[in-house]
Amino acid sequence: MVDVNRRGFLKISGAVLAASGLGISLKPVSAYAQPLKIQYAKETTTICPYCSVGCSIIVSTRKGKVVNTEGDPDSPINRGSLCTKGGSIYQMANNENRLGKPLYRAPYATEWKEVDWEWALERIAKNVKTSRDKSFRAANDKGELVNRTEGIASVGSAAIDNEECFVYQKFLRGLGLVYIEHQARI
Amino acid sequence: MTNHWIDIRNSDVILIMGSNPASNHPIAFKWITAAMEKGAKVICVDPRFTQSAAKAHIYAPLRSGTDIAFLGGMIRYIIENKLYFEEYVRNYTNATFLVNPEFKLPGDNNGVFSGLTDGKYDKATWSYQTEGDGRIKKDPTMQDPNCVFQLMKKHYSRYTPEVVNKITGTPVDKLIEIYKIYGSTGTPDRAGNELYAMGWTQHTVGTQNIRTMCIIQLLLGNMGIPGGGVAAMRGESNVQGSTDHGLLFHIWPGYLNTPKASLATLAAYNEKETPTTKEPNSLNWQKNKPKYVASFLRAMYGTNASLDEAYNLLPKIDDGANYSWLNLFDVMYKGKFTGFFAWGMNPACSGAHSNKVRQALTRLDWMVNVNLYDNETGSFWRGPGMDPKKIRTEVFMLPCAASIEKEGSIINSGRWNQWRYKAIDPPGVALPDGDICSEIYFKVKELYEKEGGPNMEAITKLSWNYGTKTFDGHYHFDPHSVAKEINGFFLEDKTVENPTKKGEFKEFKKGDPVPTFAWLQDDGSTSSGCWVYCGSYTDKNMSARRDGKKDPTGIGLYPEWAWAWPVNRRIIYNGASVDPSGKPWSAKKAVIKWVGDKWVGDVPDGVGDPGSGRPPFIMKPDGVASLFGPGLADGPFPEHYEPLECPVEKNFLSPQKSNPTIKRFDKPGVGSDVDVYSGIDSCDPKYPFICATYRISEHWQTGLQTRWCPWLSEMQPEMWCEMSKELAKERGISNGDKVIVSSPRGEVECVAIVTPRFKPFNINGNILHEVGIPWHFGWITTKDRQYNPGDKKAEVFTWGDAANLLVPTIGDANTTIPESKAFMVNVVKK
Repeated sequence: MVDVNRRGFLKISGAVLAASGLGISLKPVSAYAQPLKIQYAKETTTICPYCSVGCSIIVSTRKGKVVNTEGDPDSPINRGSLCTKGGSIYQMANNENRLGKPLYRAPYATEWKEVDWEWALERIAKNVKTSRDKSFRAANDKGELVNRTEGIASVGSAAIDNEECFVYQKFLRGLGLVYIEHQARI
Repeated sequence: MTNHWIDIRNSDVILIMGSNPASNHPIAFKWITAAMEKGAKVICVDPRFTQSAAKAHIYAPLRSGTDIAFLGGMIRYIIENKLYFEEYVRNYTNATFLVNPEFKLPGDNNGVFSGLTDGKYDKATWSYQTEGDGRIKKDPTMQDPNCVFQLMKKHYSRYTPEVVNKITGTPVDKLIEIYKIYGSTGTPDRAGNELYAMGWTQHTVGTQNIRTMCIIQLLLGNMGIPGGGVAAMRGESNVQGSTDHGLLFHIWPGYLNTPKASLATLAAYNEKETPTTKEPNSLNWQKNKPKYVASFLRAMYGTNASLDEAYNLLPKIDDGANYSWLNLFDVMYKGKFTGFFAWGMNPACSGAHSNKVRQALTRLDWMVNVNLYDNETGSFWRGPGMDPKKIRTEVFMLPCAASIEKEGSIINSGRWNQWRYKAIDPPGVALPDGDICSEIYFKVKELYEKEGGPNMEAITKLSWNYGTKTFDGHYHFDPHSVAKEINGFFLEDKTVENPTKKGEFKEFKKGDPVPTFAWLQDDGSTSSGCWVYCGSYTDKNMSARRDGKKDPTGIGLYPEWAWAWPVNRRIIYNGASVDPSGKPWSAKKAVIKWVGDKWVGDVPDGVGDPGSGRPPFIMKPDGVASLFGPGLADGPFPEHYEPLECPVEKNFLSPQKSNPTIKRFDKPGVGSDVDVYSGIDSCDPKYPFICATYRISEHWQTGLQTRWCPWLSEMQPEMWCEMSKELAKERGISNGDKVIVSSPRGEVECVAIVTPRFKPFNINGNILHEVGIPWHFGWITTKDRQYNPGDKKAEVFTWGDAANLLVPTIGDANTTIPESKAFMVNVVKK
C-alpha cells in the first residue's frame, strides 16, 4: 500500500533537519546522510496487538524479514507514538521462540512431538466428532429441543481478528457448543 | 467507550477510577495530557498511588471494593447541592417515571431491595405505574415521592461523606473536593469523562460500579457530548470485536441473546426478545431485532436452510442456566468435558483460581491450544506439581500467525475498526487462525458427510465461502470475504423502501452489500453476520480508510480514518447533546447541528427532526436513559456491598454484608472441594491483607507474548508484591526480599517491593493494609523448570508464577467476572 502522507512527512522533516543544522552543528546533517535502515524496504501498516487504544504501526520489511517497526504518524489516534509494548513488536516478528510447527503430546507422554498439519488436523477432527457424538443432546430434561454438544468447551479469543472471531463462533455454534467463553469474561 | 480516545482531549474534568491508563493504555495519556494543556482537571482515585495518580491534579486513595460507596456519595452531593443538569435529567432520563409504590429501597429493607428470596430477586415491585393505555406515569416536577428522582435521592441520602469515609478510607476533605470538581461538569458547557477498566469490572458488584458512574454522567448531562461519556478501556486489542462477534455463551454476534430452550421456534424467540413500548414518541429501535436475527441466521447457513430450520439447528441454552467462565471450568474440573479448545488464550494463568483450572485440564481427553508461543495452558501437563505420566489429556499445540503475518481488522475501545495488512509470512508452517479454523471445520464436515451423526446438518449446511483450496490442499481463508459477510449483502434482487424516507425506493441486486443496518430485512432476503458492523464493508473496505487529517467538526472525530460502529458514529448518544428543540445545549459542546433540513456533524444518534419530541436514547424501549435500571440481577440502583472476602466485620450501610445475588461456589451442590474462601462472615486473621491484581506497561495479560520478548522481560523480569512501608515493617520485610503471598487457594512467590505508593487505610478506626500483585507471570519462561530437548527457551528468563493462583472462584452477580480486585491474602517473608 502506498503511504503518501508519511513520505511527505519524512521529506518535510528531512528539510527542516537540514536547514536547522546549518551553522549550528554538522551532526544532524551527517546523521541524515547515513542510509536509512528502512531503505528499499516495503512498508505496511498494522494496528498494535496489545492494549485497545489501537495505535497504528509501520512495519518495514526487506526480503521477507521485518527490519523495522515504528509508530505511524498518519494515525490520528497515536500520531506516531508507541508505548513500550507497541515499540517491541519487531521482536514478535524476529523471535526464534515462536512456534513454527504443530506439536503433539500423547496421553501420558512426557514430551512434545513435532507432527505435520494433516495428521494433527485429522486427529483433532476425529476427537471432535467422538466428543460431540457422545455428548450431543437433542432435547433437555424438559423435552425441549436444544441441539447442543455438552462435552466440548471453548475459550478464545480477543487476540484474533474480527473475521476470525466471526468464523470461529460459526464453527463452534455449528458444532452445537454452548460453553463458549473468552477474555471478555475475565 | 461511548466516545473515543481522541475525544478525551475535549474533557474539562477527567476521573480516572478503576483504571491506570498511564501504565496500561499509555498512548491514551496523550489525550489526557492534551486536555490538561487546555485546562482540564484530572482526578485519580485508586487504592495505590499509580503512575496515573502521579500525573493527576488530585489523588485520593480508596479501599478496594468500595467504589459504589465513593460514587454513591457523589450522587448525594450532586443532588444536595443541585449540581445536576435539570433539563437533561427531566427530558432524557427516567427520573420522572413513577415506580410501583410497593417497591422498597435497601435503607428500608435490611440492606436489600424488595423481592429477594434465596439469593434471587422477584422483580415484580421494580416496575412502573402506568396509565390506562399502558403509558408510564410521570411527574415532570420530579417531586412525587415514588418518582425515580426522589427514590434515588432517598437511596443515596444514606451515603453521607462520613459514612463513605468509614467504608472507603478516603479522607472526607478529599471526598468533598472531588465531588465538587466532578460535579462542576453539570453545566451545559462543561464535560466530564470517566476512564475505567478491570478495576471496576473485577468485583462482585462490577456491573453496579459502572452503573453508579452512568447515573452520575446522566445527572450531569455528560452523555452524548464531546469530552463526556463513560470510557470502558478494554484490555485487549480486539476484545471489543470478539465480544461484538458473540464469543460468549449468552450472546450471538451483535448482542442478540442466545436462544433459550423454552423458545422453541424463531417466532417465539422474536416475540420474546423484541421489546415493545407504549410510549408514543419513543422510536424503540430494537423493534427491528427480527431483521438482525434473520440476517444472522442467513450468515450462518446462507440459503442452505430456511430461517426456521437454521434457528432449530443452532444450540439452545437452558433457561436460567449459566455457562460462563467460572462455571465452565467448574464443569471441566468435575470431568464433564472430554474436549476443549483454548484458542489464543492461556487460562492456566488467566483463570481465577488457576490451580483449579490447571487441575481441570487434567480431566480432559483432548485439548487444542492455538498460540504463538509455548504456554502454561498447552504445557499444563508438565507444570508445577504435575506428573505427566498420570495425565491422560492429549494435547495439540497449533502454531498460528501473529498480527503482522496476516490480514484482517480489529476494533479498538473507541469502536474504531481498523484494517491490518500482512507484512511477512508466519514462521515455519504456522498458519493464520482463520486458516486453522477452516481446516478443522472442513475435516469435521467431511467426517460427518461420510459417517453421519446427530444433527449433522448443523455442521454440513454452514455456509463457508471464504476462500479456496490451493494445489497443496490447504485452505486459504480470505478475510475480505468474511468482512463482506459480516457487513451483509442481499441474497436476492429486491426493491426496498428507504427506511428513513417514506415513498422512496432503492433497487438492490443479489450480492449487493447492505448499506446500513436500517436496510436489513426480516424475510431472509439479506444476510449480515453482525448487524452493528453493517456499513463497514460496502462498495469499499471502510475500515481501511486512512485520512487522518480531515476533521470537519474540529472536535477530533476524524470520520474518514477507519470506520466506527454503529454507522461510523463517533460519539454515541449524541442525540442527547441537543435540547428538545434541537439546539445544542452548548455551542462549545456541539456534536450535531440542524442546518437547513438536516443534521450535520457526527452521524446523528436517535434524534428526530428538531422539536419532534422523540427522546434520544432509542436503544431503550422507552427512549430515555435509565437512572432506575430494573434489568440488572442485583438491584435497580447500585448499593454498596462489601467484597465476598473482606477485611471488615460488617457493611457500615446495612446488615447485608455482601452482594446477596452472587453465586457462591462453596455451597453444597455448587462448585467443588477446592472452592474455598476466607473472611466471609468475620475477618480471618490467617489472611489479613486486601489484595488486588494489576497490570504494568511492559507486559500484557498473562505475559504469554511479552515474556518471550527479551526487551520486555529484561525490563520486568520478576513477579512481585507491592506493599506499604508500614506493612513491610510490621512483617519484617525489606525491599527486594523474597516473600510468599498466600490465599486459601494457593501461594505465589514474589519479590517484595516496598513503596510509599500504598498507605494503610484507616477504616472506622482500624488500620488495614492492601497489597498489589501483577498478573503477567507464569512458569513456562522461567529458568528453573525442566527443559526437554527441543523445548523453546526464553532469551531472557522471567521468575514467578501466576497471580490468579490466589484469586477466588467468585464472580459479579450480572457478568460473573471474577473478583480479582479485592480478595484476602497473607504475606510472609520467605
